[in-house]
Amino acid sequence: MAEFDQELDARGLNCPLPILRAKKALNDLGDGQVLRIMATDPGSVKDFEAFAQQTGNTLLESTESEGEFHFLLRKNG
Amino acid sequence: MADKKLAIIATKGTLDWAYPPFILASTASALGYQTCIFFTFYGLQLIKTKLDLKVSPLGNPGMPMPMGMNKWFPVLGTTIPGMEGMMTTMMKQKIKAKGVASIEELRDLCVEAEVRLVGCQMTIDLFDIKREELMDNIELGGAATFFEFAGDADVTLFI
Repeated sequence: MAEFDQELDARGLNCPLPILRAKKALNDLGDGQVLRIMATDPGSVKDFEAFAQQTGNTLLESTESEGEFHFLLRKNG
Repeated sequence: MADKKLAIIATKGTLDWAYPPFILASTASALGYQTCIFFTFYGLQLIKTKLDLKVSPLGNPGMPMPMGMNKWFPVLGTTIPGMEGMMTTMMKQKIKAKGVASIEELRDLCVEAEVRLVGCQMTIDLFDIKREELMDNIELGGAATFFEFAGDADVTLFI
């Protein structure tokens, strides 16, 4: 398990809430810190890729296990 | 890089059509866009302090009905009194069950993200809507106000 600084439980939430909650959580993190997000919305897989790409943050990891999606997002700047 | 800009015109005042403007505006804000929504005609329902949005099966053959009702229910059935209220209640239950945000929640998120909400002065007057029925933190303006923002927007949507 990779290291992270904060965790966000977005399970049970649907588009666009996981992204909006993640954005809020990132605001409280410092440069280079990592946010771990847990979600159940299958759409979040593509959405977190798109979010990272457009905001300049890095999606370090995107995994699925037993219907849950886990993401590691590193805040850049 | 300067922020990108998203301009939306919201013209519809039903529970279902309240979603696109607020979902797109809140998400765009999270992506770093400056965002402005211009509410006109029935879209003004979306900036009332007290939201009372409904969804209607009437004239909407694309609306999925429970228990295959759209298959055996005659079109006239959708005009039965109480149908609108029933469909609205069912839609709200479904929204909650699927973890979809409520309109109130999405609207709060837009306000928090400093999305500019502009009410169309002309249609407010046309419909005799009182200022105090509308949210405090909105601006009022006209077509020129919209273009002041939308004139150099990267994305402009009419909903």
